[in-house]
Amino acid sequence: MALAMVIDDSSATRMILARILGELGYTVEKAENGADALHKLSKMSRPELILIDWNMPVMNGYEFLVKARSMPEYDDVTMMMVTTETEIEQVLKALEAGANEYVMKPFTKDIIDEKLSLLGLGAR
Amino acid sequence: MALSSNDFTFLANFVKNTTAIVLTPDKDYLVESRLNPVARRVGATSITELVSKLRANPTINSEVGSMVAEAMTTNETYFFRDVKPFDVLKSELLPKVIERKGADRTLNIWSAACSSGQEAYSIAMVIKEHFPMLSNWRVRIVCTDISRAMVERTKEGIFSQIEINRGLPAPLLVKYFTKAGSEWKIKADLTSMVETSVMNLAGNWPMLPRMDIVFLRNVLIYFDLQTKRSILEKVNKVLVPGGALLLGGSETTMNVSNDFDRITTGSTFYYKSKGGPMPPAAPTQVTRTPYVAPRGSGY
Repeated sequence: MALAMVIDDSSATRMILARILGELGYTVEKAENGADALHKLSKMSRPELILIDWNMPVMNGYEFLVKARSMPEYDDVTMMMVTTETEIEQVLKALEAGANEYVMKPFTKDIIDEKLSLLGLGAR
Repeated sequence: MALSSNDFTFLANFVKNTTAIVLTPDKDYLVESRLNPVARRVGATSITELVSKLRANPTINSEVGSMVAEAMTTNETYFFRDVKPFDVLKSELLPKVIERKGADRTLNIWSAACSSGQEAYSIAMVIKEHFPMLSNWRVRIVCTDISRAMVERTKEGIFSQIEINRGLPAPLLVKYFTKAGSEWKIKADLTSMVETSVMNLAGNWPMLPRMDIVFLRNVLIYFDLQTKRSILEKVNKVLVPGGALLLGGSETTMNVSNDFDRITTGSTFYYKSKGGPMPPAAPTQVTRTPYVAPRGSGY
């Protein structure tokens, strides 16, 4: 099964996104913030997809995105922001930092699925 | 109060006669859920009372009649719905039109049953993103729907956050939309490509320009065979010879119309009008600008 990671400081959101990705055929690893994600990534196989919240303690999603995109081993990993940030400047900032897609909360399974389909990563 | 069998039959006949949409008895829950808000809006205390008002003037031109008919149409849509039709548009259909009509330089696309306009604006974004040579063509994206409210929404090009979340690639969001409060407004260079009008596919059709491409997706499924045949016959007349028809993934012309050839391309398909041989390619040499895929989606 394809591997994915969900990074969000809300345990409820982590659980919901993990369930959605699970239904789409992914095995999901979860992390509470950017630093936790980097630590877990160093100990696991490279995921195909990472969903990233923006506002988190310790290391936020934008900082994680910049850091991960500076690491060549994650060049091909699809990274999608899933966040409450809804200003166009934030969307642009994330895209410029290397996000492949951007979802504004609240989301549904259909929204996640439709975005992943656009990226060629629909149901696995 | 539950809908009586008598009232359901009356409503089903009204909807069939005015929109050609077929409501089978198992759809009573759908009728109730969609007509309860209409009943409240017209001051009726129940659907029974709403039906009484409709019985007094059972035409689509009455206020109650138009509201009932609109409520029973399905407006499910989102940007780049099903993705593949837009891949075909980009990789095959538009290049063929450009090759064929280089001298004429007109492109007519019809988004039939356009709902709130996401399909039409997805088409417009494909054109803007990938076919800059069309900037000096007369491009018309004709949008029609039975619902005046949907036609108005298409014309305005304003979408909620939920709507822009659905299927719209983020790079296109930042490029073609501006935020207006909690909503998102599509920019004028896209709305200017779109023409809107109210039209009942099952009724008399107004004069339409000859279309190069028709999007008629997830519409025929609501009609009976006779209505499907009638609509496809008229679509074939509206299309230029060799023009393309895109249906929904679960729809087909098979056993409905012999006027189309099914063309398989990649993992998807479209229908080509048999209206005659393709007109010869225009002598004008058209050069396509090389397309460099953005990081992320193909749009």
